[in-house]
Amino acid sequence: MFPAVRRAVAWHGSRAIGAAPALSSRAFAKSRLLSTLAVLEQRDGKLNAGSLSAFTAAKKLGGTIHGFIAGGSVSAAAQEAAKVEGVEKIIFVENAAYEKGLPENYAPLLVENIKKGGYTHIISGHTAFGKSLMPRIAALLDTQQISDITAIESESTFVRPIYAGNAIATVESSDSVKVVTIRGTAFAAETPGSGSAVIDEGVDPKAEALSEWVSEELAKSDRPDLATAKRVVSGGRGLKSKEDFDNIMLPLADSLGAAVGASRAAVDSGYADNSLQVGQTGKVVAPELYMAVGISGAIQHLAGMKDSKVIAAINKDADAPIFQVADVGLVGDLFEKVPEFTEKVRSS
Amino acid sequence: MSALRILVPVKRVIDYAVKPRVNKAMTGVETAGVKHSMNPFDELSVEESVRIREKKRAPGGVEDICAISAGPAKAADVLRTAMAMGADRGVHVELRDGEELEPLAAAKVLREAVRRQRSNLVILGKQSIDDDAAQTGQMLAGLLGWPQATQASAVEFGEGDTVTVTKEVDGGAETVRAKLPMVITTDLRLNEPRYASLPNIMKAKKKKLEKVSLADYGLQSDSRLKVLKVTEPPARKGGDKVEDVGGLVAKLKELGAL
Repeated sequence: MFPAVRRAVAWHGSRAIGAAPALSSRAFAKSRLLSTLAVLEQRDGKLNAGSLSAFTAAKKLGGTIHGFIAGGSVSAAAQEAAKVEGVEKIIFVENAAYEKGLPENYAPLLVENIKKGGYTHIISGHTAFGKSLMPRIAALLDTQQISDITAIESESTFVRPIYAGNAIATVESSDSVKVVTIRGTAFAAETPGSGSAVIDEGVDPKAEALSEWVSEELAKSDRPDLATAKRVVSGGRGLKSKEDFDNIMLPLADSLGAAVGASRAAVDSGYADNSLQVGQTGKVVAPELYMAVGISGAIQHLAGMKDSKVIAAINKDADAPIFQVADVGLVGDLFEKVPEFTEKVRSS
Repeated sequence: MSALRILVPVKRVIDYAVKPRVNKAMTGVETAGVKHSMNPFDELSVEESVRIREKKRAPGGVEDICAISAGPAKAADVLRTAMAMGADRGVHVELRDGEELEPLAAAKVLREAVRRQRSNLVILGKQSIDDDAAQTGQMLAGLLGWPQATQASAVEFGEGDTVTVTKEVDGGAETVRAKLPMVITTDLRLNEPRYASLPNIMKAKKKKLEKVSLADYGLQSDSRLKVLKVTEPPARKGGDKVEDVGGLVAKLKELGAL
């Protein structure tokens, strides 16, 4: 568990104990009415395992839990999601019109199913899919969404980072339906087990598609996915060129079985693909090990990685801000130190 | 092909280079005496609007670029900046000091502005760097029933009011197409915003800046979220530096990371 979550839970715990007799019966009465719809992601009929984090958050809320999945061919994915323990029902809608998750018709679809199910909470990951879709749903339901939460304190109180993670806000929602997106690194995804949720077909309003999916270009990689990798090695401007980035960072990543990330400077200079950017405007990661190579540590970058369990930094500038957050730092020329490190890890 | 009437919402936020500090009362972030500027993603929106006109990218041409901001008196500064970058006009929705609009309320203000300005394209930043909510554009599109393209890295105009947008998504890029009217939110790769030149800053002072209140728009302040407290994130204690690669490997093993 990550520091922010742990602290929030501890705080909530101590308060709950103090107020236990008065609160518990009311909380119980409320929790019976609480019902959550977790919006799951899929691609080509395959369940995005990371989206099962929404179930983890739903379990923290208590109450009944349903899952929702829609796309061209989703029955296998629905069956897989149904194996998550504690989930009562998976609602699926099979229609190719929803395959690409276009918010213009997906939002009305979801709103119909939310209204039919009478849910109090709608949860999705704060991913490209969730970010595009959920605010549109919130607007259609006339509710103020709570984005990118890192902890749940009660059915109406949530914790979320603001100002690139430089402040942590605890907010209470007065809306009757809470639309929430969650930070995946703060809620470890549930794994399908021996659960047996009912699989039910949802309503399909067949809303008009106002936009059309044209194409996609996804960076192919055999390395672990950046957002969920246990280890991440990240390169910055210090790498100097794309060739150097590839020559230095890729062997390092492979020696550790790590995903590759990059700072905005490295991405803007063309050393690495956009999708690898770690930071406030890129991906937020919280791996066991984050290794920053040639990265100075601007606040926008730290926003994306400072919840990592162990941070290691290699930088030639002993005063670089990255050393203020790194658990272990090595001052030196990355072109020398990184290959040496890679070799040592490989041979050990 | 319709001529474009572009609405560009801009927000005044604490400058991106400033490290925000939580106030003593733990109710928010200290804003007094702190440098503010236009939200960086909104600079991209203004720049893109101006480039669409300058490069004549839209077959129907650009009829109007209107910047809008909701905020206290000082929000007028970012509207002047937008006009110095090339926006034609500004609309300032004046809020009381300390009053802030949540994204849903902001989207409702923008819906009304779209009607009044007869906008057919709204270009917003993908998120503001203070609240980090990333909601307003999508909410506006939902309220209007318009198509949306979020996190745009490229925008192209075609015949018959079609707009093709390349979006940054997890793992790469995705391209979608829709027809005007629509809502687009900008991502960092979209363009490189210009600096306003001194002559243009002077000219911007003469451009029209309309002031309105929420009441003029038939709206009222509507907060759904109550901030119970704002705290500093748990501090990370920076660890030691090691002398060499051997030390690094040993330390990482000790920390259980290798």
